[in-house]
Amino acid sequence: MISAEDRARAADLLARFRAAGAQMVETPILQPAGALLDLYGEDIRARAFTTQDPLAGEMMLRPDFTVPVVQAHMENGAEPARYCYAGEVFRRQEVDEGRPREYLQVGYEAFDRDDPAGADAEVFDLLSQAVSAAAPVAATGDLGVLIAAVDALTTSDRRRAALRRHIWRPTRFRRLIDRFTGTTPTPATRATLLAQLADTPAETLIAAAGPAVGLRDRAEIAARLNALAEDAATEPITRTEADVIDSLLSLDTTMTLAIPPLRDMGVDLPGLGPAADRLEARAEALARRGHDPAALSFAPARGRTAMEYYDGFVFTLSAPGRPDLPPLATGGRYDALTAVLGRGRSIPAVGGVVRPGLLGRL
Amino acid sequence: MLRLGVPSKGRLMDKTFDWFGKRGLTLTRSGSDREYAGHVEGADIALVMLSAGEIPRELAAGRIHLGVTGSDLVRERLTRWDTRVKALAPMGFGHADLILAVPKVWIDVDTLDDLDAACAQFRATHGHRLRIATKYHRLVRDFLRQNGVADYQLVDSQGATEGTVLNHTAEAIADITSTGETMRANHLKVLDDGLIHASQATLFRALDAPWDKAAKAVLEDLRERLA
Repeated sequence: MISAEDRARAADLLARFRAAGAQMVETPILQPAGALLDLYGEDIRARAFTTQDPLAGEMMLRPDFTVPVVQAHMENGAEPARYCYAGEVFRRQEVDEGRPREYLQVGYEAFDRDDPAGADAEVFDLLSQAVSAAAPVAATGDLGVLIAAVDALTTSDRRRAALRRHIWRPTRFRRLIDRFTGTTPTPATRATLLAQLADTPAETLIAAAGPAVGLRDRAEIAARLNALAEDAATEPITRTEADVIDSLLSLDTTMTLAIPPLRDMGVDLPGLGPAADRLEARAEALARRGHDPAALSFAPARGRTAMEYYDGFVFTLSAPGRPDLPPLATGGRYDALTAVLGRGRSIPAVGGVVRPGLLGRL
Repeated sequence: MLRLGVPSKGRLMDKTFDWFGKRGLTLTRSGSDREYAGHVEGADIALVMLSAGEIPRELAAGRIHLGVTGSDLVRERLTRWDTRVKALAPMGFGHADLILAVPKVWIDVDTLDDLDAACAQFRATHGHRLRIATKYHRLVRDFLRQNGVADYQLVDSQGATEGTVLNHTAEAIADITSTGETMRANHLKVLDDGLIHASQATLFRALDAPWDKAAKAVLEDLRERLA
């Protein structure tokens, strides 16, 4: 349950974010399930409460604020914008009995095209101050680095797209890398199919396989067969490039110390240069606000397994000596999400939330 | 008294009775065929006749000490099933595999890797996620998450699931198959790595049931019979 003290704490935090210049937004607790399912896939069902309205159809109890806040901005927001909000979010707990099903979040989001590094630092700084009484330990990451590395791989567009699609799913990402580097052998059934494709048109093979049942039609099957044949003829991703990906996945250092190795890796994978520039600009912006980048923990792949849409800077602020508690505050950049929800329009965006209920448990 | 939950009708009940009979415990249903009551000869056990689908819930609530049901039902219906019940013995009948199947004509799809790629292509082509019809939502979702399959949606199907593809209400199915014949008749094939769970009738012990001295003693006796 949410206590009166937690609500008072939330009100204080909200006042702080408003004082920083943010405009307050309200979002419905009952969210249409469709948009959330399209964004997160079926996995969201394990984490959000689903209910049914006889007219509006499937609804979900707000699992987070980012999606409705972005939707509200994309519909009628002026640029640049700063928003704040406070309210309940609801999470189903299938694994850990002790975790709360409803709790408060107080958040701050910045929609700003001009100075991404500055906006990253602004959000991080504001959230750090909001939980400063807990003397939090910060950890940061940047999935944009991994995305830039994938985009820079010397391989087909199709393989790069497949890897990008699975950046947030480590198991599948690894399987793809192993396949694209030729580490996993081609399964026997696939080898047979490819051999058949070499001297028989795809359409003939499909017609011989039986009646075409279902919505996925013969043309789609043929298109994928051609893609498979093309892919089989694609040169494997080189060990050098795959090693860069591996190094990025395991790199865990400070923000300052991460920059030189990123520059080095940029020799093997030139596309990493701009990502290193962005990291450096962010480190400088953070330093200007009094956060020493030499003391900030940084791992590029951090935040990769969270339920999220983060595709750039990410951070957590945790209570020291309390590994039993989730982070007091979390946040990150989600540029791609605004494009998905903006129907053709997009704007760089970064934000974060505090959980006042956790502050009460310190 | 130790309470044992068993399926209340059909082949599952008959085979359960046989299984215990072979181990020296005679289970009988009392009164008429329609009365869901029974008793156990040769042990201090109360027999509770239930639908197999209700047994997981009764086990989890601790209202029965032991129960016979399909391992698929326990995994589907109980969150964190392994912290609430323990499998005492697989019983060697009621075999049913929960599998993922796609149209046979999808010659480009043999594995979960392929299914994932087909999901991406399907969504880009049709503007919605590839639909998988099932009644085993939790098992299927966990399996697909562990294997990193994305861009699919589960649609509920409580019966005639193999027909959903033909009827354009789903593109693929996840269902129990004991023989595979219905699958073939509906022009479907099982993915090479599409076995989600190999289920069979299993004797489960409820961890949260009131295990008093008498119940424990009966369980010990039972364990010896099972050994």
